[in-house]
Amino acid sequence: METMISKNINFIKNSLFIGFLLILSGCSSDEKQTVTTMNNLVMQDEFSSNGAVNSTFWTHEIGTGNNGWGNNELQYYTNRPQNCIVENGMLKITARKEMYMGAGYTSSRIISKGKIEQKYGRVEARIKLPWGKGLWPAFWMLGTDIDQVSWPACGEIDIMEYLGNNPTKVFGSVHGPGYFGGAAITKNYTLPNNRFDNDFHIFGIEWGENYINYYVDDVLYNQITPEDVTGEWVFNKPFYIILNMAVGGNFPGAPNQETVFPQEMLVDYVRIYQ
Amino acid sequence: MKNSKINYLRNTFIIAMLLLVNVNCERDLSDEATNASFSKTATVFTDDFVAMGTDFYFPYGDSKFTAFSVDRTQGYQSSASIRLDVPNNDDTEGTYAGGIFRIDGAGRNLTGYDALTFYVKASQGVTVAEFGFGEDFFPNKYITTLRNVSVATNWQKVIIPITDASKLVNERGMFRYAAGTQSTNGRAFTLWIDEIKFEKLGTIAHGQVSIMNGNNVSVTTFAGVNSKVDGVIATFNMPNGNNQSISISPAYLEFSSSNPAVASVDATGLVTSLSAGTATITATFNGAPTTGRLTINCAGTFVPAPLPTLNPANVISIFSNAYTNVPVNYYNGYWAPWQTTVSNDFSVNGDNVLNYTIFNFVGIEFSNPTVNATAMTHIHLDVFIPGPIAPGRQLRVLVVDFGANGVFGGGDDTRHSTTFTAPFLASQTWKSIEIPFSAMPGLLSRSNVAQIILEGGDGSVIYVDNIYFHN
Repeated sequence: METMISKNINFIKNSLFIGFLLILSGCSSDEKQTVTTMNNLVMQDEFSSNGAVNSTFWTHEIGTGNNGWGNNELQYYTNRPQNCIVENGMLKITARKEMYMGAGYTSSRIISKGKIEQKYGRVEARIKLPWGKGLWPAFWMLGTDIDQVSWPACGEIDIMEYLGNNPTKVFGSVHGPGYFGGAAITKNYTLPNNRFDNDFHIFGIEWGENYINYYVDDVLYNQITPEDVTGEWVFNKPFYIILNMAVGGNFPGAPNQETVFPQEMLVDYVRIYQ
Repeated sequence: MKNSKINYLRNTFIIAMLLLVNVNCERDLSDEATNASFSKTATVFTDDFVAMGTDFYFPYGDSKFTAFSVDRTQGYQSSASIRLDVPNNDDTEGTYAGGIFRIDGAGRNLTGYDALTFYVKASQGVTVAEFGFGEDFFPNKYITTLRNVSVATNWQKVIIPITDASKLVNERGMFRYAAGTQSTNGRAFTLWIDEIKFEKLGTIAHGQVSIMNGNNVSVTTFAGVNSKVDGVIATFNMPNGNNQSISISPAYLEFSSSNPAVASVDATGLVTSLSAGTATITATFNGAPTTGRLTINCAGTFVPAPLPTLNPANVISIFSNAYTNVPVNYYNGYWAPWQTTVSNDFSVNGDNVLNYTIFNFVGIEFSNPTVNATAMTHIHLDVFIPGPIAPGRQLRVLVVDFGANGVFGGGDDTRHSTTFTAPFLASQTWKSIEIPFSAMPGLLSRSNVAQIILEGGDGSVIYVDNIYFHN
């Protein structure tokens, strides 16, 4: 009798144990890679207040800059609501084909210079991108010492760059002294079975001393460290954020007759974590 | 005994609970899983045909029947592909290759896919007239065609978007093609096709459906004349960022007329003009407007030219419904670079009428063979000018004979031009022109009459009917 009972107990213990193991191994549904480690939110713009962008965070850059902002871009940046407005919980930057101040296109470019300046952290935005040749939206950062040391010495971090005639790809890059323009350190990410103009996607970096990790949604696709750059590492200092949509320029080429205007870049939020 | 029974029950209960928990580690059947009434198989051909049955290839009736075979020596990343041998354009068995691949059995449910894709290469650089799907030799309801596909000598992927997959619940027409030798100067070549399958790419977007190829087209018609909404296309932005247009069946669209009393339109896009006035034909696709429109300017009831009454034995007819016409090369030679005349011929109640628009001059040629009009005494033609006759307006009728050598040029061609002006030329009324050959001294012979040329247009419209020689 005793032997029977202890046999039963053993059997039950074993079954429970095996059962427990099976539950653990078979039921895991969390297949997402851990791409972000910084979760302490320190700044956010949820674009929840309709109208102009929040001037506590953003300033508009106006006009055509120096030779189309250094890239022979075709647009004139304005702060008019038809080019930049917050509505329905989103920032909407609209590129339009129209004659304005001598340019053939208008759009917007907002910067956080002097307002949000950040050294290190997780910098993230949720964006729905436009489509068509010539459209060149970007979510990027420039070193705050740009007025002192100029570009490219100030450094540039491109969190997300996209060309409208390549709707399944985005680029994550750095520019710096010795590695700028065509020699930038860059990697692209192709969205599987979808394209970036169909829906919102999350673009971000996790940035610390001597590293920048780039991610799209739940995929870490690029890591840049001092070993990867062919010059001085200039990213251990504060940067400010830029959101813009250019039209034409050296990188995207001009729009063609297939490009449909107006085109929208929709930003749901910008968030910074540490 | 009581204890062991309880133990037994408890053990069984515990083990049963464990089993239940283990079984729940599997995913539940999702909400989208329904019992499919038609197969959702994606692949049409990979290393062989998949789920097509046995009797699935049907060549077009005037094509070369034996163009299709399966090549078991090569393929795209494989050693099997479909081989299409496009014939020389003088092949007596068929001057082009074309046909359909239709399931021998029930159709497939394609509602979960957004494109037909395949890989193709050719024995030389060619342009293939048509690739597509949705043709089943009746009713071809959702036929879709990609035209003028550039194919080179290495494998490339072709994507043909599905315009509205929700309509393809039971489709038998898996693949179709038509390839001639227009791009190879009539010389034969080979196509290989592999990995034909339906896919859900997720990377095709911004589909825009158009009629009239997206253009606004106007036509002038008469009551009883039919017009057709054509140029029905869907334009998509492809994964490589380029736009691609495909021809789609009118069955995808709903048509409407802005003025059904002037012109009506049916579900196939056939427009019938009914009474004088203007009507705009437009279309929607799943409720969304399409680009392009067809504007019908109906001029009302058409008054035909006077019916010819001559005995056919006395007539050599170039253009008339009353007689049998001799072989004519063309009724409009489109003689570049100075000719502006564009033909827009129509038919009212079975009466065919030549309609020359933007008329400055036009040539009609019948040189294969030429016409021996020696026994004839006159040329006749009926003309109708709908617009106003400007001061000084002329209409000149030329008859050209190619001379003894029977071909254009060679120093033996002769011609005579006869000029007509107002008041003979009048607006909105048929005028019958009769010119006796005796009044054409410039025409030295009429054994090889080969051309009639009309000149003197001022860019307006002229209708012509009943062109013939007679005695």
